[in-house]
Amino acid sequence: MISFSPTEEQQMIVNMVKQFASDEVRKVYRECDESGEIPARIVDTAWKLGLVSTSIPEEYGGLGGEHSAITGALIAEELAWGDLSVAMHILCPALFVYPILEMGTEEQKKKFLPAFCDENYKAATAALIEPRFGFDTYSLSTTARSDGKGYMFKGDKCYVPLAADADLLLVYAAENGSSQGFIIEKGTKGLEIGEREENMGIKALATYEVSLKDCRIPKDNRLGGDKGCDFERIMNCSRVALSAMAVGVARAAFEYSRDYAKERIAFGEPIAARQAIAFMLAEMAIEIDATRLMAWEAAWKLDRKEEATKESSVVKTYADDMVIMVTDRAVQILGGHGYIRDHPVELWLRNGRGFTTFDGMAIV
Amino acid sequence: MIDFEFTPEQKEAVEAAHKIAEELFRPISRYYDEHEHESPQELIDKLWEKRREGSLFGGLDITAALRAEEVCWGDAGLYLCVPSPGLGGAAIFATGTKEQLQRFLGNYNEGGPKWGAMAMTETGCGSDTSAISTTAVRDGDEWVLNGEKIFVTCGKRAMENPEGVVVVWATVDKSAGRAGMKSFVVQAGTPGARVEKMEKKLGIKANDTVTIVFDNCRIPYENILGSPEVRKIDKTETAGFKKAMATFDATRPIVAAMALGVGRAALDFVKETLEKEGIKIHYGLPRQKLTALERDVMDMEANYKAAKLLTLRSLWMMSQLLPNNLEASMAKAKAGLAVTKITQKAVELMGPLGYSRKYLLEKWMRDAKINDIFEGTGQINMLVVARRVLDYSRDQLK
Repeated sequence: MISFSPTEEQQMIVNMVKQFASDEVRKVYRECDESGEIPARIVDTAWKLGLVSTSIPEEYGGLGGEHSAITGALIAEELAWGDLSVAMHILCPALFVYPILEMGTEEQKKKFLPAFCDENYKAATAALIEPRFGFDTYSLSTTARSDGKGYMFKGDKCYVPLAADADLLLVYAAENGSSQGFIIEKGTKGLEIGEREENMGIKALATYEVSLKDCRIPKDNRLGGDKGCDFERIMNCSRVALSAMAVGVARAAFEYSRDYAKERIAFGEPIAARQAIAFMLAEMAIEIDATRLMAWEAAWKLDRKEEATKESSVVKTYADDMVIMVTDRAVQILGGHGYIRDHPVELWLRNGRGFTTFDGMAIV
Repeated sequence: MIDFEFTPEQKEAVEAAHKIAEELFRPISRYYDEHEHESPQELIDKLWEKRREGSLFGGLDITAALRAEEVCWGDAGLYLCVPSPGLGGAAIFATGTKEQLQRFLGNYNEGGPKWGAMAMTETGCGSDTSAISTTAVRDGDEWVLNGEKIFVTCGKRAMENPEGVVVVWATVDKSAGRAGMKSFVVQAGTPGARVEKMEKKLGIKANDTVTIVFDNCRIPYENILGSPEVRKIDKTETAGFKKAMATFDATRPIVAAMALGVGRAALDFVKETLEKEGIKIHYGLPRQKLTALERDVMDMEANYKAAKLLTLRSLWMMSQLLPNNLEASMAKAKAGLAVTKITQKAVELMGPLGYSRKYLLEKWMRDAKINDIFEGTGQINMLVVARRVLDYSRDQLK
């Protein structure tokens, strides 16, 4: 039956994350953006909320909570409302954990999941994006070649978050033309972590180029073993996560510019009292809500294990456009002040612009 | 729990309505577009039978919205000809007393087909309904109405068929502004009320949009909806006016659903045509690899989905007895604009197939536009949304 009301448990999680985002993240996000560093304290506090580890089954040391894309979307929106870099950093281990949880072999789950049930944050990541024009998740340049006993990799990846700190990487590569995931452990010969990247936005998130030069891994490290992984589903989970994050960023920009418009006086009245401004805000509000509902619907399909490529990619494309429209207008509403780094809207515009690039950098 | 699954009853309702749309509406769609003001009598009789059986139409809930979408997928103009209490009925349901409900709508499903209508717009006022100049003056046990109403959807059918009702907005005290605005039920055949002009329109041609003139039209005193008192609580809002606007919170989502039907008709036509041509939409491709056509189709689908989910949310809120003024206007604003854009884009993409009257697409584009205008123009709904999100009164944001 149609309902737009999260469960009580989901609402509790949302409230908790909302409070963390507003009490902790919003106090440091500008500093993080300027310095490029996220305080370990913030990451540890967030990790203790159990946002990722809760859904690991008890047999692997977790709490055995339900792993739900809808819950993931709710969390992603709230964290991204706080700050996108911080959200992506905190949820980064999920890039490794969730595919293993959903598609890993029993051995892979046993071997890799318990490390993420600790109290302390453990960095792990995934490498999907490649540094070239025409990058397409369905035809990767990075190749995995099997020699019967293991796999040999060649290729370059970029935008790999936390690659320098991660003990475990899930690398996506083309195996006979189809995209598959492979677990590569830190220190594997041929796995080279490059310099930290410098980007227009998400400046507090440490991302790296990663090179695979005849890097070899055992056969058992293929995600899902002989069965492989459902790459399409992983992409859809990523699309939903990023769409929800786009909603979070957009909501932050909307709220800030709305409040500003009510305070800023021009020609004797708040600029929000003029339809030129008020209608911009109305449209922003409508599109934010619409995108959220579309993300929920796609997540709902994922939770029911239904085919969701159409819903996920349609909402992702819509969210990409929406977040740019909203954050750009937020800057516009603040005018000259919006361009100054004393206000956060320029940061949200820079972060918002990235969503068309962020394939695979978040997951529900 | 967040859930997008329709109930079995809702699914059945959609299927049944879709069948009716395909079998009864589509085949005569073009004819009644070309023969404006001709009444689709056979369709009306069939639908009246279905209504009496209780198997079709009515209500302001999710099921009603889903039905409205399906039938408007068939034909939006013909949908508006379906015998129903309409917007007038919605106002009576929202603000009438039990006695009024019984008197005006109690025997609604008995006898021959009946219609209801709402008369608000005048030549001098459209969206600014507080500027209404039609007057209602009390004379003993009666109200005397004088004035002229235009753009009354279904007004002719409501006025000229037995037991039809028209809810008329008039002022009882011009000096009181909004506080003096009241609504009155005028029943079909009341002397002094006459239908004058049937508008020739861009689309939804099967439906009658008329002018009704009230010339010393006398109605019983008890036909006033809500309180006759002119209470000047403050100069901007009154209970009476708010109630009229509350009717819109219930009807706007339904109108949004009607819009969705037209939009989806166009979208389906585009997708079927592409399929016939062997053109596939590749969802999930990176942007730089999508064709312009793929981007357009995905954009149309996204806009349709966005409007649909906003509509469902506003209806769900109503079912939970939550205030939905903001959400209803969001849905209506988005749906009206979305289907206007979808149908216009569809004509563009289909080229000669889109522009030719051999196909229905060009008609859907003309039909769709009304959704961005009636039941609150896109701009009026944006204004409602803006006031809500800014927490501004109508004085603070004009």
